[in-house]
Amino acid sequence: MEPVSRLGKALTARQFAVTVEIGPPKGADVSHLLATAENLREYAHAVNITDQQSSVMTLGSLAACHLLLDLGIEPVYQVTCRDRNRIALQSDLLSAYALGIRNVLCLTGDHVSLGDHPQALPVFDLDSVTLLCTLRTLETGRDLAGKKLAGVPHFFAGAVVSPGANPLGPQIAKMEKKIRAGAQFFQTQAVYDPGQLERFIHKVEHLGVPIMAGIIPLKSAGMARFMNRNIAGVEVPDSLIEEMTGTSDRVLTSISIASRLIRDMKDMCQGVHLMPIGWAKVANSLTDRAILG
Amino acid sequence: MIVAEQKSLAEIKGLVADAKNILVVGCGTCVTVSFAGGTKEVGILASSLRMATKLDGNAKQFAEVTVQRQCEWEYIDPLAAQLDQYDLVLSLGCGIGVQALAERFPAIPIVPGLNTTFLGMPVEHGVFEERCQACGDCILGLTGGICPIARCSKQLLNGPCGGSQRGVCEIDAEIPCAWQLIYDRMIARGQLDRLLEIQPPKNWSTSRDGGPRKIVREDLRKLEDEE
Repeated sequence: MEPVSRLGKALTARQFAVTVEIGPPKGADVSHLLATAENLREYAHAVNITDQQSSVMTLGSLAACHLLLDLGIEPVYQVTCRDRNRIALQSDLLSAYALGIRNVLCLTGDHVSLGDHPQALPVFDLDSVTLLCTLRTLETGRDLAGKKLAGVPHFFAGAVVSPGANPLGPQIAKMEKKIRAGAQFFQTQAVYDPGQLERFIHKVEHLGVPIMAGIIPLKSAGMARFMNRNIAGVEVPDSLIEEMTGTSDRVLTSISIASRLIRDMKDMCQGVHLMPIGWAKVANSLTDRAILG
Repeated sequence: MIVAEQKSLAEIKGLVADAKNILVVGCGTCVTVSFAGGTKEVGILASSLRMATKLDGNAKQFAEVTVQRQCEWEYIDPLAAQLDQYDLVLSLGCGIGVQALAERFPAIPIVPGLNTTFLGMPVEHGVFEERCQACGDCILGLTGGICPIARCSKQLLNGPCGGSQRGVCEIDAEIPCAWQLIYDRMIARGQLDRLLEIQPPKNWSTSRDGGPRKIVREDLRKLEDEE
């Protein structure tokens, strides 16, 4: 079947694709979110909207994706299994389809203990694999209980993978399950070493699924060290930390590092997934360079 | 076994504040093994409370008794004879023991001295780890004898999340990643292919999520009637 989204068409046609991730606000004011998305319009094939990223409560991904569609910007609806059971997840997937959302990125989600409501009850009724299965089940015209649906959704479904996972074996075994469950593309955790991506791609090439390399522009040496300590699968090499320490213009150096990474990794993968974490201006420069190569 | 730990002395003092004559009831089974509510812990806690309430200028009487199992009628029924001497029972049983006492002796207030923590085992002397969540639908046969429901922070059924790194869990470097353990064991057994099968969404209705649970064994009931 023909892919149901612009991102899907690009990736299926083996074009180099660009996605940028933005996080909804903590609060009801979406003006900044929409302005950021507006600036990305001409550069990104699609804009990912995070779902309570790092278990920090924000405005919802579904509503933000809908607002992006109103502006004519294609969203990637990120869905995690942390906060909703299978009833709510199926309902939200149907709602998303009815609102015009076609790209869905299926994630397990961080544990609540890492976020700003650590006393909340985590759900994890489904996991990333069974969430993908759920989406594919809905596409057959049935729900998980086997009940018939009036109107059938169709999605372009993605998943995530961490090339820096140590060890890599269990991560790749799960990636294979995600593909069998219906994942059509992958966005990776941030990569700071092209060699790491190369070794990973070498192991998963045979799976034949489009992979978009994750890029988080470094804001400071401190941020790099923080990620090395706290974010599983992220390893910023010392040489990049030194580059950020020694610079007098952090924005320029950040762009320089990220565009170098994109250049070095461009031929290994099928796109880049930028996660600027608030640094929208950096994302704009990068999407520009990524496309122009 | 059921693993429990004692509440803080301050909290226990608050729970017994309104009483004068208190019976501290220990349990000789699980909480004895977890060093939280056996004869020894009953003795230490009762002494501490005697001293603490005396120092506070509000001395209370604490009597001590430990029954074999607080969760079976036959072991707690004999307490009936002495209970009228007290105005409060401080149970050092698990949550089941506290409720059994409260159900059998509804006239006297029963308060808990322990927090019932999990189903687990001592992995070494003084270290207790969770092993089972009593989900009612055991899958240990699929996961190399390591339970992802009890031991994966997210109760995942299809492999590790992105938060698994160098064998530990994203929420705490002291928690081994259950899926890394499962993966390693299945590799060692030459059964990795079994982990590649997609596990469908779990049926949680057999777990606590399906409401309070009850087992009725008609075969055993009949036997008792015949006796």
